[in-house]
Amino acid sequence: MSEDREMIRVEKLNKSFGNLHVLKDIDFTVKESEVVVLIGASGSGKSTLLRCLNFLELKNGGSIIIEGKESDPKKDNLNEVRQKVGMVFQHFNLFPHKTVLENVIEAPTQVKKIKKAQAIKEAKELLAKVGLGDKADDYPSRLSGGQKQRVAIARALAMKPDIMLFDEPTSALDPELVGEVLATMKELAKEGMTMIVVTHEMGFAREVADKVVYMHDGRIVETGEPNQLFDNPQEQRTQEFLSSIL
Amino acid sequence: MYLNIIKFGEALLESRNLFAEAAWLTLKLTAVSIFIAIFIGLFFALMKISKIKVLEWIANFYIFIVRGTPLIVQIFVFYYGLTEIAMISGFWSATLGLAFHNGAYIAEIFRGSIQSIGKGQTEAGRSLGMNRYQTMKRIILPQAFRRALPPLGNQFIIGLKDSSLAAFIGLTEIFGAATTMGANTFDYMTWLLVSAVYYLILVFLLTLVVSFIEKKMAASD
Repeated sequence: MSEDREMIRVEKLNKSFGNLHVLKDIDFTVKESEVVVLIGASGSGKSTLLRCLNFLELKNGGSIIIEGKESDPKKDNLNEVRQKVGMVFQHFNLFPHKTVLENVIEAPTQVKKIKKAQAIKEAKELLAKVGLGDKADDYPSRLSGGQKQRVAIARALAMKPDIMLFDEPTSALDPELVGEVLATMKELAKEGMTMIVVTHEMGFAREVADKVVYMHDGRIVETGEPNQLFDNPQEQRTQEFLSSIL
Repeated sequence: MYLNIIKFGEALLESRNLFAEAAWLTLKLTAVSIFIAIFIGLFFALMKISKIKVLEWIANFYIFIVRGTPLIVQIFVFYYGLTEIAMISGFWSATLGLAFHNGAYIAEIFRGSIQSIGKGQTEAGRSLGMNRYQTMKRIILPQAFRRALPPLGNQFIIGLKDSSLAAFIGLTEIFGAATTMGANTFDYMTWLLVSAVYYLILVFLLTLVVSFIEKKMAASD
């Protein structure tokens, strides 16, 4: 693993919803094994940025280069790009009509056409890893929020992505369940997964992030290492935001 | 005309062979037409949500025609229209007429249930690299079908009862058998009530089947 390999490069990214200009000339890069945390008030565009990276939202301008390859939604097969970029959602979005195990093997068997026995074996390993080995045959409705989110993480990992995106993964959880999800994410970071995380968990950002990006009003205001950004923010907007939440 | 219970019981018993056959025809009409209508319904529902304007218009036009005209007219149009073009039996005219009719209502049921599945489900499927077709087939439709079951069950019951209109193009299904017997005996009331008993039984059985499927599909709750 070369530490400096660029996994994601975003240049002059712009995105609007109708008249609402949500992302304005965003530039940023993520290197291999880096954990980048996006912070900012709601409406600042951090979730939209994340969703642009796996093309759930299509950009209006600029470029998104993933692992050295620029993707053009009009020409390229986005399904292939998405296989490299896993996504975890705020509201889990597990498939309620499928068991935990079926949730995890769905994409490997359907998209990658992996043999079911093999997919099940890998899925069980992943479920054991997120601490849910005993829940394989339960339906999502039986699980707590924290367990659901850990299944969602296992489901995304089952596609063996190179990059994982987390869109406020703990915001919908009861406070006592946040820890178990963060612990799973920390472990993933330790294993060298490239991660981009939108979160309000400043403790997690401080502890795990290599880089923290503060966004305001569709722009990146400030980027820095956690200690520097949290303890010594350069921009006034960053200072205001941090003093409002800490 | 007052009703004599004993006479009614006798009529019910005597006519059991005729009505068993008629009930079988009603069942066939209902089952085949509903089976076809489910595919028609799914097809037009997908057209309606396709976001392709031409397809939406076609689907809306179809639903407009079906909802705006009486079923009996549709059945006769199918009967006279189809028997003119192709050598097609009364059974198939009625079946296709009923399928054409129920298809429109089922299309609306499916459209509603598909649209009621949260956007997050589609996004989850797509974010895993599944294409639109895979996401629709494996993620959205199974959930939508489950949500559609109660209104679908209703529509099946309506379809079963509406199959009585096939009597007007000469099919001896339950209602046809009752009117024939009524004309022969000049005692319409008795025979219409006999037909009502058969319809009640069939609707009851259909309700059981639907609630059985509902229970089976509720495993994930």
